Order: sequence, then structure tokens, then C-alpha cells
Amino acid sequence: MALVAALVAAGAGWTEPAAAERLVTSLSSHRVMITQYFTGEELVLFGSVERDANTVPRRSGYDIVATVTGPRESLVTRRKERVLGIWVNVDSRTFIDAPSYLAVLTTRPAAQIADADTLRRLQIGIDNTSFPQRIGPDFADVNRDDPLRAAFLRLQRAHHLYVEEPNGVTFLTPMLYRATIPLPAQAPVGTYEVDVKLFADGAMIARTTSALEVMKVGFEQFVASAARDHGLLYGIATATMALMTGWLASIVFRKD
Amino acid sequence: MTCEFRIGHPSAYRWNDALQIYLPIADLPVNVFLVFGMGIAVGFISGMFGIGGGFLMTPLLIFIGVAPAVAVATVASHIAASSFSGAISYWRRRALDLSLALMLLLGGMIGTAGGVWLFTALRRIGQLDITIGLSYVTLLGIVGSLMILESVRAIIRMRGGKPTELRRPGSHTWIHGLPFKLRFKQSRIYISVIPVLAIGFIIGFIGAVMGIGGGFLLVPMLIYFLRVPTNVVIGTSMVLTLVTMASATVMHAVTNHLVDALLALILMFGGVMGAQFGARAGQNMRGERIRLLLGLLVLAVGLRFAADLVFKPSDLYSIRPLETGL
Repeated sequence: MALVAALVAAGAGWTEPAAAERLVTSLSSHRVMITQYFTGEELVLFGSVERDANTVPRRSGYDIVATVTGPRESLVTRRKERVLGIWVNVDSRTFIDAPSYLAVLTTRPAAQIADADTLRRLQIGIDNTSFPQRIGPDFADVNRDDPLRAAFLRLQRAHHLYVEEPNGVTFLTPMLYRATIPLPAQAPVGTYEVDVKLFADGAMIARTTSALEVMKVGFEQFVASAARDHGLLYGIATATMALMTGWLASIVFRKD
Repeated sequence: MTCEFRIGHPSAYRWNDALQIYLPIADLPVNVFLVFGMGIAVGFISGMFGIGGGFLMTPLLIFIGVAPAVAVATVASHIAASSFSGAISYWRRRALDLSLALMLLLGGMIGTAGGVWLFTALRRIGQLDITIGLSYVTLLGIVGSLMILESVRAIIRMRGGKPTELRRPGSHTWIHGLPFKLRFKQSRIYISVIPVLAIGFIIGFIGAVMGIGGGFLLVPMLIYFLRVPTNVVIGTSMVLTLVTMASATVMHAVTNHLVDALLALILMFGGVMGAQFGARAGQNMRGERIRLLLGLLVLAVGLRFAADLVFKPSDLYSIRPLETGL
């Protein structure tokens, strides 16, 4: 109980009392710093289900669905085909404002938590998330079997940017839960939304949101912003650095 | 319980973390010693053959996962460093033709600007990788084969006891009939500025698109087309490479924001060190032997690129962020 008190003191987010249960959640850190030594990081998401005297007992126990959505970015998926004997990009599809990172962590496979309709309506799981694409002049999500869409999801999963962990959330006590958010080394910079839903008896009974930020700090941040905002100066500085290195080498290794 | 709730990143400590460094523009962690070693290896080759080594470095960077666009833009600064240290040592020996280099540069600057423009345009329509691939195959294939052929002939001639001669005074081609002639004192040639500007343009253009300094192209061009004596060719080519690559660095930084200064720095340090050892190794070898080795190397890299284009890729699909702007 001391832990829960500490969570509250730490300013963890409280939700509206929707169905007597309330969901308290927090992250081990709200800021992920990309330093020179960044090789990915694992954040701990933890919290508890709060009940009061009026809360009805739940038959099935509780389930947690945590969805982490990274900054949105338009991505192009291309397909190669053999043309005149060589492999060339022939086909492409733009995914408009797709999440650059998407993790869905659940206490057990989503299909066991709620029925298909509910899951689709709440967009739970990568398969139930819609990915708008530019098709001609329109924006729409296409058929699930579309090869470019399937390849997009497959590649994002392969790069550890889209993650689904059906046992990613564990209940440590009947009320206390914990999950690990795996952020890969190539996790893009920006704000990540963390959405935690509480399910019981096949229905969502509470929901809370939080956010975390992945940011470059120190040297990494300095270089990245210099390259972006002061291209000319940055270029001149890099070229000068090259000349200095070359000059230094010719002094050090001079043999006469 | 306390263990379970430890705040921080439990698995972030791995034994090799100390060797990893996160590149700020390429946006990926790399092993410092791997990149440094690549710098030394390519530097060794460039010192031995008197070339920048971009045609080796760019593919190597792409191979370890750096985006092709970042690799091309970053290698430009790496070559600027190694060619500057080379140019200084040739300058001390007065083994370079500054006026010829300046005239080549004039063409080179225009070519570089054109190359950076094409690079940006190709990146936007998603055909940059294939263009880089195709250019490598054609260019390296042709140049590599020609070098092997020429050096093998020279070696056979040597065996036959006849002296080799690259410069045949008096043998004039159509190039010598062109107008606007200028005298280049150090090289002892009297030639039209048109082919000089054209060669500069081609080298600058190709360099910016492919991320190569073009030394391995420029040296034979100067020898065969302009009849520049061999002793000033490498120094002159290094001056040109230095200026085109330094300006390509600036232009890539302005238009594409893709030059990774940290990656460039690691490569440079490795490169300038390797170049010193390479130069010493090269001094003990015969000219034809060196040209044959370089030809084989150039051809091998070309064939490697050809294999990528011809054989079915392991994945037909790829994802890239949508290119916006410009």
C-alpha cells in the first residue's frame, strides 16, 4: 500500500470513476534520452486498479491493454520487381501519418479479453488499427490482405517498431500490474502516447492515458539541430573539421 | 518487490555497450571500432593507390546499415580529409599543377552542384538507390576492366623487355585541335580549356551523386586524354578531389541535412592513419602492379553491386520516410 501512496504522491494520472474502478498508472521515466550511448531502452509501465466499497465483484478478474503510439510520420512502402533483368522499385504506397512506433501489451491474447467487435471499435491490437493510405486522390485503409499493407506491417515488426506482446502485462497482485515497453535503438524522436485500458467481463471499464518523450540530448541534440537549422554553418564546420584532420595528419606523419 | 520496481532500464547494460556510439544524423548506434577499422582499411588502400577510396567507403557504410543518402553525404567529408593530407605532402614536393587543378575545379564546382541537385531529385522519387547501384556497376565495371587490361599489357611488355611509356609526346588526338588553348607550365602541356572543364564537370557530377571523390577516374583521364605527366597527376587530382568533396559536404549539408559529423570524424581519423601505412606499402610496388591491383579491386566492387541488382533481393519490400520539402 505504501507503493500505491508513493504513486499518488508522484503525480500519477487518475481517471474519472467510470464504473467504480479507477486505474492508476505511471512510467519508470517520462523521458527517454538519446545520448551517444543509446542502444534502445526498456521502460517500465506500472500501476494499480483502485476499488472502493461500492465496487461490484468481477467474475473474470481484470485485464489490462496498454497501447504505446509513437510520433506519427508518413512512410512509403516500395515493392521491387525485375525489369530488364534488374530489380527496381516499381510500386509504392504512402501510409499517411502512421505511428512510427506501436506497442500493444496485454495480460493475455486480446481475443480472450473482449469480443472481436469491441476490439475493432477500440482499435486494440495491430490488426485492428487502421492505417490510412494515399490511394489515388483518396485516403483510405485498404483490405487487410493487400500485399503492400501486409509488407508494411511485417517490416515494422521486423524492425521492432511494431510490437505485440500478448503476455506483456503481468498482475503482481490482483490489483497491481506491471509491463515493459521495449524501445528499440531506432525509436524515433518525439512524443509517445501511452493509453491504458482496464477490461473486466469483456468490457472496458476504465481508461487512463499518459505520455513519454524520446529526445536527443547533449551532443546528439546539438549536432542534429545544427544540421537541421543551420545547414550552411554545419556544412562549413564539417568541411573545416575535415581539413583540420587532414592537416593534422600531414604534420604528425611528416617524415623529413 | 523492490527489484521488480527498480526505476530505470534493467536490461540496458550489456557488455558491448561501451563500444557502441549513437550517430546523431544517421540515427543508429554503431560499433566505434568497426567504423574506425573501416576508416583505417579504406585509408590504407587510398594511400597505397593515391585515391580517395569513396567507392569503397560508401558501399561499406550502406552495408553496416547507414542510409545510402547519409553514407554518400558523409563520405564526401571523409574524402576531403584524406585528400587534404595527401595534397599537402605532394605540395611539399611540388608534385602538383595548381593552375590545371584550378581549371578542373571550375568545371568540378558546376558538376558538383548539378550532382547534388540530381541526388535530391532522385531521393524524392525513390530511385536514388537504384541509380547509385547502376552507376557503380557501369562505372566500376568499365574502369576496372580498362585498368586490368592496360596494366596486364604493360606487365607483358615489361617481360618482353620493352620500356613502358604512358606519355607519348607528339601523338596528338582530336582533343588537341580544340580552341581556347592554355599553357599549363607544371604539367608541360599546351591544351584547350574545353576538355579540362569537361573532365572537371564529369568528376564533380559523378562524385556528388555516387559519394566518391573520383580520383580513380580522374587519374587515368588526365593521363590518357590530356597527357599530363604521371608525376604531377596524383597531386593535382588530390587538389581537385579535396575542393569538390569539401564543397559537396557543404552543399549536401545545406540541401539534404544528411552529413553525419560524428560518423565523418571517426572515419577521418581512421582514414588519415591508414593512408600513411598504405602510402609506405605502395612505394615498394611497381606502377603496373599497383594499377592491376586497383583495377581488380574496382572491378570486384562493381561486380558486388551487379550481384545486388541481378539476384533476387531477400526482401522485395522496403520502407522509407516520405520525402518532403524542396
